[in-house]
Formats: sequence, C-alpha cells, structure tokens
Amino acid sequence: MIEILDAPLPATFQDGGRAGYRHLGVPLSGALDGGWLAIANALVGNPPATVALEIRLRGPRLRATRPLTLALAGEFSARIEDAAGQSRAAGNWRSLALAENEILDTGFLKGGIGYLAVHGGFDLPAVLGSRSTYARAGLGGIEGRAIKSGDCLKVGAGAPPIPLRLPQAPRLANDPLRVIAGPQRDYFTDAAWAAFITTEFTVSREADRMGLRLDGPRLDHTRGSDIISDAVTPGAIQVPGDGRPIVLLADCQTVGGYPKIATVIGADLPRLGHALPGQTLRFVEVSLEQALAARREAAAILAECIASMVPERAGFDLDALYAANLIDGVIDAQH
Amino acid sequence: MTPRLLALGDGALTLEFGDRIDPALNAQVIAARDALAALRLDGISDVVPAWRSLTVHFDPLHLDRQRLGEHLLRCAQAETQELALAGPRSGIPGRQSPTRWQIPVVFGDEFGPDLAAVAQATGRSESQIIEAICATELRVFLIGFLPGFPYLGELPDWLRLPRLATPRAAVPANSLAIADAQAAIYPWQSPGGWHLLGRTPVRLFDVDKVGRPALLAPGDAVRFRPIARDEFERLAAAVAAREIEPAAWQAQ
Repeated sequence: MIEILDAPLPATFQDGGRAGYRHLGVPLSGALDGGWLAIANALVGNPPATVALEIRLRGPRLRATRPLTLALAGEFSARIEDAAGQSRAAGNWRSLALAENEILDTGFLKGGIGYLAVHGGFDLPAVLGSRSTYARAGLGGIEGRAIKSGDCLKVGAGAPPIPLRLPQAPRLANDPLRVIAGPQRDYFTDAAWAAFITTEFTVSREADRMGLRLDGPRLDHTRGSDIISDAVTPGAIQVPGDGRPIVLLADCQTVGGYPKIATVIGADLPRLGHALPGQTLRFVEVSLEQALAARREAAAILAECIASMVPERAGFDLDALYAANLIDGVIDAQH
Repeated sequence: MTPRLLALGDGALTLEFGDRIDPALNAQVIAARDALAALRLDGISDVVPAWRSLTVHFDPLHLDRQRLGEHLLRCAQAETQELALAGPRSGIPGRQSPTRWQIPVVFGDEFGPDLAAVAQATGRSESQIIEAICATELRVFLIGFLPGFPYLGELPDWLRLPRLATPRAAVPANSLAIADAQAAIYPWQSPGGWHLLGRTPVRLFDVDKVGRPALLAPGDAVRFRPIARDEFERLAAAVAAREIEPAAWQAQ
C-alpha cells in the first residue's frame, strides 16, 4: 500500500481516458501528456496507459507500507527518507525502489506536470472503462476526487521489475503550436485570424485540466459570439464574446457554444498540458496532411524513447533478467 | 443548406446539417448517427450528436479522414425515423428506437425557487406554468454539458426567458430548469444560470448501468408529471435504495 502523508496541491489519477462516452456528456479526461504517462509506466514495467498520479507544480509526500517500485516522469526534485531519517535524492526518469516504511517526497516540479507510476498499478475501480478522475461528476480515481492526506492506496502485486532508466529525458518542443483552422474560422475577421497566428499569447491564471484562458490581442468576431452548441474536443480554441481565447484540455465539456477559431493538432496537445500561467504560446497553421505526419512522428519518437531505456547499472541483476526471460536465447543456450 | 463537413482538428470531423434549432435537423443528426453505427468502422472513439450536427472523434492513424468524410456525407442522406412510427426495435444494428419518458417533478417552494419569478415574468399563475410545462412533449435534442445532462425543447414561445443575470454557484442535483426555448435537468450539483422550477427524484446518470449510464438519449421524448412533496420524498428514497428500475419512468 501507499499512504498519502501530505498533498499540498490537488493531484489526480489519470489513465488513457474515458473514450466512448462523450455522446452522454462524459468528458474524455485522461493524462494531459499520454507520452509521459507511457514513459513513467514503462520505467516500472506497466502497460503504457496504466493509471498513474498526475501531479502539478508540487507533488505529494507518501509512504510505502511494503517494498515498491515507482518512477517519476517529469522534472521533480524528489527525495526519499528511510526509516532512520536519512534522506537521499530520488532521480527522475528511472525506477525507484522504496523499502518498507520509506517516504517519498515528490517535491516541487520544474515545468507544468509530471507522473508518478507504481509497478503493478494503483488498484482503483474502473468507472465507465477508465480510472481517470473527473471531479465535477465524481468519476474515477479515489471517490472521484483529488488525493488528500490519509488516503491509502492499494497497489498491484507482482515480482519487482528490472530497474530501468531513461538515458535522455524527453524534450518538450518550444516551437509554435500547430493548429488546423477551426470549424468556425469564418466567424472571425481576417485581422483576428492574422493576430491569432502572428502574436504571442500568455497563459492566464485561469488554467486547469478543463482548459487554458489566454491573454493577448482581442480576437474579434464578424457575426456574434454564439453558435448553436456543437461538439468540442481537447485542443479546440473557443473564443467567447470578450475576444479572449480558451484552449480546451482533457476535462473539457463535450459540447460548447462559442465559435472555435482553430484546433491544436493531436501531436502538440501534450505540450499544452505542461503550460503554466505566465508562459507564452504562439500558433502556426498547418495542413491536415502535416498534422497526420506529425502524429506519426510523435508516435515514433515515443516508441524510440521507450526503446532507449537501459537497465540501471547499480541495480543490474542478471538473475532478474533471466527470471523475466528478457534475454531471449540465453536460456535455450544452456540446454 | 446541404450537409457539410468541418474539421475539428486532425482527430475529429463534424457533419453539420444547418444553422438553427429544429427538430427536423436533429432527427437528421440521429439518423446519420444510426447509419454510421451500422457501418461499424474501426478507429472511431466517440460519435457525438448535437442540436444540428454530428461529430466523430477518430484516430487518423487508423481511419482515413477522406474515407470517413465520404461515409459521413452518405450517412447524411439517411432517412429520419419519426418518433410516432418507432417500433420496439427497428432491427438495424446500432439503431435504438426513441423512448417516451414520463418524469415526475415536484414544483415550486425550495425545489423550484424561480417558479414564482417565472410566473411573474410571463404574466401567468404558477399553476399555469406547471400545466404548460407538463402539457408539452419535449424532445431530447442532445446530452452534454455534464454527464447525462439533457437539453430538452422546445418550450412555448411565451415561456422563453433569458438566462439569469447572475448564475447560481450551486444548482442542486436533479433540478428542472428552463432558459430560452430549452428545459433541462441537472444530474449533478453544478453552477448554472437557468430558472429552477422543480426537482425530480429520477436518477439521470448511473455509472453502474455500464450499458446505458444516461437515462435519456437524443431523439427520446419527455413529458413531466407534477407530483406532491410526499410522493417526491417517497420516490427519492426508493431511487436511493435502488428499488426502482429506470424502465419504471417510461411512459405507459
């Protein structure tokens, strides 16, 4: 089990999301950066979309009630405290072995979000096919809410995985976010469109898992700021009557009544999840063909990243490798 | 207006039938949804019908956008199914016959704190408001905003009021509310700017019903039935104890 000792900021459990229920008003939810979720899980030997804790800015302190293997994907400043009160740094992007009663303080995050995965996964009930937390309707996670101190989480069992590390942390691109012109592009003046794709926008304080409100030039409508509500999706950029765009994220509602000037492409969506208030963003228009190529490229980069993981030198354990039958052919050669 | 396709990013495509709230357009949306479901295409994660459009969320690495678009334009020609003609099952895969529901509601007092103001704003009595709401068969145009939240329409012209100037921070769960030509029931406590007329004991969203967690579906017909406070309390207790199946709310 894992006991949450302290949770200074809301952190929620997220997996690959609750697809298939949007026609019933149930948001997609799921990890804001599915790639980093997959990396955290790969480091502890889990399938890529296994539920993990999504952490923003300041993570929780937690205690292992039995030996566990964890991993942090993100720029954490984590430390592990043993039963004798001795503290050691806990690295990012690698498997971390926690002995019984050791305490992990995940600390502050440099950057927007990060993931804490545990070998075997967190034992949470699936709600409509997903363990992702959607707090507004109390779905998923622990009782549909963020974690709090005192929570005790069961963890899947199994032999400890081979300790792995990622030689090079994944890089978040800093290029302009690529967008497809929106379904209501014609609701905006050409001046608004020009401003949208040439000017810098700043993420305001109104930023959460539902979306980011941006500050920047006012984007004027040509014919009113209301449409008959239609479907929206994470990445869609709505512009209400005040001319300030809102970029929707994983927990966005399923339909919306504001015109959508553009939609951030799937390949760049994870980067939005890391955006923090005060950060500046730029947009650039691409074609659907370019968006498709970008998706392929992002998938290839993630696969390459996961394939690049190597066993920890210190914890290199040949017996474990044999036991896990990872070294194909070696066992046969003994016969 | 002929149906047209709109790109909602690289992972979603919207088929738009028109630019107004109209039961005929909404029926076309539902028919297109059913026709699409019958094709059983791979690579689709969600199909979302709205007032006058159908949006398909898909994985462009597994389903070619061009091909999906062609299918959608063909589905747009599907014949609409009139509620009055709907049999128990049409036999077409994916097609669900619309259901008629009768939803009990306790009006006024603490359950519907805006009933008196709505009566005043429309120049009618409270009982005339209740009568009018319950006499109208409302269509479920779409489910959205919150899990299981139905947008119902359309209200008589004289009952159409703008939203509250200041939305409430917390609308109690199960409130029946109206705004403009629409009515809705809030399945969850939530902020909201609609006029609250009453409350229902009916559970509109139940995660334990994995096959059909939302009670209502687009295309369904809803009629409200006024009940007294004691009946509301009795039904609410029975719903909480799971003694009433959802089918009990279907119109006889």
